Amino acid sequence: MEYSYFPGCTLHNQSQSFRDSTISTARELKIELEELPDWYCCGAVYPLRSEDIMSLLSSTRNLVGAKKEDKDLVTLCSACYQVLKRTNYLILNDAEKREKLNSFLEEKYDGSTKVLHFLEVIRKDVGWEGLKNKVKTSMTGLRVAPYYGCLLLRPHKELAFDHPENPTIFENFLKSLGCEAVDFPYKTECCGAYLGITEEIVINSAVLKILQGANKRGIDVLITSCPLCLYNLDVGQNELMKSGNLLKPVPILYFTQLLALALGLGVEVCHFEEHLINPLPTLERIR
Amino acid sequence: MEINIEIINFELREAIEERSNQKLINCYQCGKCSAGCPSVHLMDVSPHEIVRMLQLGLIDDVFKVNSPWYCTSCFTCVSRCPRAIDIAKIMEALRYYNLNAAVHLFDPNTLSDEVKDKIPQQALVSLWRKRT
Repeated sequence: MEYSYFPGCTLHNQSQSFRDSTISTARELKIELEELPDWYCCGAVYPLRSEDIMSLLSSTRNLVGAKKEDKDLVTLCSACYQVLKRTNYLILNDAEKREKLNSFLEEKYDGSTKVLHFLEVIRKDVGWEGLKNKVKTSMTGLRVAPYYGCLLLRPHKELAFDHPENPTIFENFLKSLGCEAVDFPYKTECCGAYLGITEEIVINSAVLKILQGANKRGIDVLITSCPLCLYNLDVGQNELMKSGNLLKPVPILYFTQLLALALGLGVEVCHFEEHLINPLPTLERIR
Repeated sequence: MEINIEIINFELREAIEERSNQKLINCYQCGKCSAGCPSVHLMDVSPHEIVRMLQLGLIDDVFKVNSPWYCTSCFTCVSRCPRAIDIAKIMEALRYYNLNAAVHLFDPNTLSDEVKDKIPQQALVSLWRKRT
């Protein structure tokens, strides 16, 4: 099936690792992703004030764009997923807001575009059994922590992605790749998000708790689908090691990078040079 | 803390309810939001206490606390509230009033080039949206 693909600002400009690993794995899995023409930045955070209609417009235009293409809208970044899906939920369920938003648009939009995460597309089109059959390099013995973070899961009523407290989609994904999906109690914890720029202390405490938790459970690598989670968890590890707060580095991967390696695609699509902690030594050991 | 009819700001309390689209009186102070909050140890006043202060109309006191600036909008409280109160939206309304008063306004010029190059755009866009 063919989908409209929404890269979002971070995948487009910065995170070559996430982008290239996604595009090549989608090709391998025969999922057709065609970039949405003239897409706009979704805004990264969903506007929480009830009168803030303007901030919803860019994401609404993306939804309209996908409708024009007559395709479902697929995104990778957790923040894009959250903003696009919540905007669509609002348009579907709030007649007053829908009317207000429509008065800014060139044509009427009723909320009929379906917003999907790439993981949901894999589950729907390939299936976990199907994925298992496509794996060329089994990751047997690799202990992986699934890390969902916040934006994929909550608020559950609007996103309806998975259970807000005990999600399992990453676990199913990991099992298909042959990895050991470790029961990770911090999998839905917040990494501190954008507050790292202004209130570093928030990030430090949140990240340390997650990484120490990973150490305690003997985790080899941790996977995520959010560029900001990856950055926050990855970037401070050298300092944490130096100060003795962290005993062992925890490589952080996008789920698509692990998928690319399992599907036997070259390591060059993963761009591990973008990460501070290079996961390759750990992955080589397993292989 | 003193509570009397003179200091209760009914008007602003109503405005916060309207901006956040939440009914403050629905909260019965179970504290689940504070129990799950990843930043609660940094906050002057924990999330359920903020709601209580707002219920009592102690708006000026609420505006002085640092709590909304440590809220990461992770929605853990939202998913756990048995009374379906969206505390993230209340925090956003509180941030909005402080930003209007130019408190905690973010100045992009304070960002170092190193941070600008390295950090995902997603974080910069979020900060712009939340702090300007």
